[in-house]
Amino acid sequence: MDLVQMFSYPFMQRALIAGVLVSLCAALLGVSLVLKRYSMIGDGLSHVSFGALAIAVALGMTPLYFSIPVVVLAAFFLLRMASHPHWNSDAAIAVMSASSLAIGIIVISRTTGMTTDVDNYMFGSVLAMTREDVALSVVLCAAVLVLFILFYHKLFAVTFDESFSRATGLKVERYNTLLAILTALTIVLGMRMMGAMLISSLVIFPALTAMRLFKSFRGVVVCSAVTSVACFCAGLTASFVLSTPVGASVVAANLGLFLLSCLAAALRKR
Amino acid sequence: MEAPELLACRDVSLGYEGQSVLTHLDLSIQEGDYLCIVGDNGSGKSTLLRGLLGLLPPQSGEIWRSPDIRRGNLGYLPQQTRAQRDFPATVYEVVLSGCLNQKGMHFFYSPAQKSAALMNMGKLGVLELKDQCYRDLSGGQQQRVLLARALCAASKLLILDEPITGLDPAAAQDLYKLLSYLNRKEGMAIVMVTHDLKAALQSARTVLHIGRSSCFCGTVAEYLASPQGRRFQEVE
Repeated sequence: MDLVQMFSYPFMQRALIAGVLVSLCAALLGVSLVLKRYSMIGDGLSHVSFGALAIAVALGMTPLYFSIPVVVLAAFFLLRMASHPHWNSDAAIAVMSASSLAIGIIVISRTTGMTTDVDNYMFGSVLAMTREDVALSVVLCAAVLVLFILFYHKLFAVTFDESFSRATGLKVERYNTLLAILTALTIVLGMRMMGAMLISSLVIFPALTAMRLFKSFRGVVVCSAVTSVACFCAGLTASFVLSTPVGASVVAANLGLFLLSCLAAALRKR
Repeated sequence: MEAPELLACRDVSLGYEGQSVLTHLDLSIQEGDYLCIVGDNGSGKSTLLRGLLGLLPPQSGEIWRSPDIRRGNLGYLPQQTRAQRDFPATVYEVVLSGCLNQKGMHFFYSPAQKSAALMNMGKLGVLELKDQCYRDLSGGQQQRVLLARALCAASKLLILDEPITGLDPAAAQDLYKLLSYLNRKEGMAIVMVTHDLKAALQSARTVLHIGRSSCFCGTVAEYLASPQGRRFQEVE
């Protein structure tokens, strides 16, 4: 009964469509990011997108149009740093996260003031998605999915062994950049609903859960996608029924499933 | 009768950020060669390998590659990274990824590539491990899998970086036998960086010794008669 009622609200329909698509993209990309030891990049990007969002609102622009280019640029930059031998990349990411957070908060406090808006940016809100946002999410998520499927084998090769791929003539930089751009898009799209503080878990958790359960790369990718979508739906329902924030509920669902998968892996080993 | 050249260094200097590690090196690798690169730690063996693979542009001189090699038609067995040791992938997925260099603009594997992968797995005796997880294998098995992947990419040249690191003596012996087989029966040229001089000298045909001040390049017999080689024999 509740479920029928739940999806009779247009904002819930929008949240469901956008959320399922974003969790799907995040889970697919997450497998590569986690295996390449790039999890922190996802986290850094979400903070940058918070800063960009605050500036966009202050300037009166449509948030997504402003934050997408900014975050894509940041992704380029973070990737360069991660592969640069003389940079301490995790320190650099931490510095960048904190700075963009600080800039965002200063901008907000000088313009709209620290209202519930800030709370929404930080921890997400189901109401955040407008009709336009959903349309843009559908288009971009479709693009992410198509690119991921087309370049699946190459992304695998680059993730598994960069130096072999480079030596045998694969354009490794190109695929790393592709990965960074797709990640940036996914994070910007998901962040309004999930919140800047929580969106990176959408990238990391499903991959970790799937890696506990499956042995093949394809198995991990598929399981990660299924896990992510299922956790999003569970989180969204829980948030409606218990009136908890949607982002936190989705992360809690992911955490629960991750712990279960750890248990399953431990039992199987014995 | 000279075999066709695959790779050649002409007066090459290699290094990082203005600092040269190797200077004025001349080297030629022909089809069917078996070359071992030996030398002390920090003498520039890995740097040379990166240069040969085209990952590091030379500071001066020229590294010439045959058109085939330039297109990525070479097999490379890198040192394993820590990330790979817990990577969720089946043996088949790993070996198949070696075929990527000949794909051109195709997005998916062709049946011919799939059968080539299976054949190379059979050749290296890892076919029965096909659906096993790469991270669950022993060190020797992992190395065979990576070698099968390298064979998918290469038809004429294999480049190996410290292939026996972390292998027990029996597995190392197996690997050397396998390499000799590929070299003799399939005419695969092999270039190998190694610490394991004794075994290397048994199977290799030519040796490049990189020292701090001087380099030596010649056949195994010449090497054993040279000052660098004599020093090695004294150690034995």
